[in-house]
Amino acid sequence: MPTEELTYREAIVAALREEMQRDPTTLIMGEDIGASGGPFKTCLGLYEEFGPARVRDTPIAETGFVGAALGLALTGFRPIVEIMFSDFLGVCFDQIVNGIAKHRFMSGGRVKVPLVIRSIGGGGLRFGAQHSQTGESWMLSVPGLKIVCASAPDVAYTMLKAAIRDDNPVLVIEHKALLSTKGDVAIGTEPDGALSGPKILRTGSDATIVASLAMVPRALAAADLLSAGGIEAEVIDIRVLRPMDTRPICKSVRKTHRLVTVEEQAQVGGWGAEVAAQVVHEAFDYLDAPPARVCLPDYPLPYSPVLEDAALPSPEAIAAAVRALM
Amino acid sequence: MASGLQLSRDQLLQAYRQMRLIRDFEETVHEEFSAGAIPGFVHLYAGEEACGVGVCTHLDERDAIASTHRGHGHCIAKGCDIDGMMHEIFGRRAGLCGGKGGSMHIADLSKGMLGANGIVGGGPPLICGAALTAKTLKTGGVAVAFVGDGGSNQGTTLESYNLAKVWNLPAIFVVEDNGYAESTGTKYSVGGSQVQRGQGFGLPAVEVDGSDFFAVYEVAGEAVERARGGGGPTLIHARLLRYYGHFEGDATTYRGPGEVASYKAAKDPLMQFRNRVIEASLLKPDEFDAVDGEVKQTVARTLTQAKAAPMPTEADLLTDVYNRY
Ligand SMILES: Cc1ncc(C[n+]2csc(CCOP(=O)(O)OP(=O)(O)O)c2C)c(N)n1
Ligand SMILES: [Mg+2]
Repeated sequence: MPTEELTYREAIVAALREEMQRDPTTLIMGEDIGASGGPFKTCLGLYEEFGPARVRDTPIAETGFVGAALGLALTGFRPIVEIMFSDFLGVCFDQIVNGIAKHRFMSGGRVKVPLVIRSIGGGGLRFGAQHSQTGESWMLSVPGLKIVCASAPDVAYTMLKAAIRDDNPVLVIEHKALLSTKGDVAIGTEPDGALSGPKILRTGSDATIVASLAMVPRALAAADLLSAGGIEAEVIDIRVLRPMDTRPICKSVRKTHRLVTVEEQAQVGGWGAEVAAQVVHEAFDYLDAPPARVCLPDYPLPYSPVLEDAALPSPEAIAAAVRALM
Repeated sequence: MASGLQLSRDQLLQAYRQMRLIRDFEETVHEEFSAGAIPGFVHLYAGEEACGVGVCTHLDERDAIASTHRGHGHCIAKGCDIDGMMHEIFGRRAGLCGGKGGSMHIADLSKGMLGANGIVGGGPPLICGAALTAKTLKTGGVAVAFVGDGGSNQGTTLESYNLAKVWNLPAIFVVEDNGYAESTGTKYSVGGSQVQRGQGFGLPAVEVDGSDFFAVYEVAGEAVERARGGGGPTLIHARLLRYYGHFEGDATTYRGPGEVASYKAAKDPLMQFRNRVIEASLLKPDEFDAVDGEVKQTVARTLTQAKAAPMPTEADLLTDVYNRY
């Protein structure tokens, strides 16, 4: 398969463009995504190519337009909505958790809701407490929803394509600190239909590190640090939080005997707890140490650079958590 | 009717001083941001000074305001300490919020400034609460929400109009309509008119030239008087223009050519104020010049101090989430 080097941002645009070319029932809506190409330029060129009816600017009214996406999905379209910052998922929470996620179930399976919510989250840019959250676990306990996290250009590309083709509502979380990162993307790949879960990015025999979003490159950097000291960590990008498939993680832990999860959110209620619980249940006898979780402290992300840097898990902190299990 | 031209010399100078302070503060933040000295996201109020100051000139310590992401001007107009603000914007420990909030979250409850807000449409519900407090405790206070044209489309804003009406609250909604929400024009995003929206909920509603301090002062005076007297909420639709991009770094490709320059030449709020007051022989040009000079020094001093001030320490991270953990 021919690959092309793309930025994360370009990979998102490419996935949107290809899927919109392929399926005329797709359309995208969001704030400032039209002629301006999106505040993060994740829709660049789409307005020119597909026109205002399929690339629709919305007023600032997340509850309204996310609810409208549900109505579109129920009546034959495959809407994609962009939530400019994941933090604003809070504004339209009700539409997602009480409407979008449950409509199929409440109809006794008579309707389907092919709908994608893309939201751009994450810290590190000094945007403060209301513009830095990933929101990745906010809806983790909501059946009916799928939740995907994009950690690199190729993941952003393939996962978004698969999400758009999925007949279920999918929340795709992107990370703004990754927008300019580059990587090889197999352009034109057909998503195999299913959103596939955890992916091993680096093999190792001494510990398993599972991470999401911008914590994935940090976990890889931690593995480099550990390797210099003779510890080989296996690094897994969890990719799909719901439905969560922990089988590859359990398999890895049976080999490495240690588990560390890394997520950019507070520990309580994070997905790491679910991973750890499942690993303990499935691979208890293989564990040489209790699973560890590296998270944000139990505080909102602060504005001041010194404080934000102190809050975000560093490669050193991840490596230290692994060493503590050895 | 409260006509601004009947203000005392001191009051006129104070109103001008506030507007000049906002302008200089914002221009300084603009330069510092461009030079890479300020982290994150800043949205500047330059060009909109007459609105914040025209409204807040009527307010005192009984009164509360809620602001937006474009909050520096509202903070200054309501009396927040500019040293504390500048320190906050530079992420310093001595900032009004200890460096934890940043430009988009400056708050100072001691001044009745409930907070800037990173969530568009976040402010209006808060002032319904603050107005309910004032009403319940009979303080005579009023509460004012500033909200952008973009924010006027959020359900929270429209719900607040209704709450304020049905509870007959001493609340004032000031829709600051600068023509854009980020790059989206109001023609595209706002259905109906702001005044009709207010009227639809039963609020007295009025449109005003937001570049004209005296016009804003007059309509705000009526709204505040009504609210203090138990007459309920008002909506003010102020038309104005922001001089800089939506946020610092915005290329503003959506603007018409010369849009800002021609507006500045014809309607700059500080220039209008100065000309009107001099024309009415209430103050002399050198009195304005003296304010300009004094404000310039004040802002320069604030900047120097903020830049030299210590950052928070890691230990500061572990405080302030709960009152008691
Ligand atoms: C709930 C929510 N949605 C979107 C945004 C992103 N955003 C920040 S400011 C802004 C435009 C606001 O426009 P307006 O209310 O007119 O205020 P102005 O910036 O013009 O002062 C947008 C879309 C946000 N901060 N909060
Ligand atoms: Mg606006």
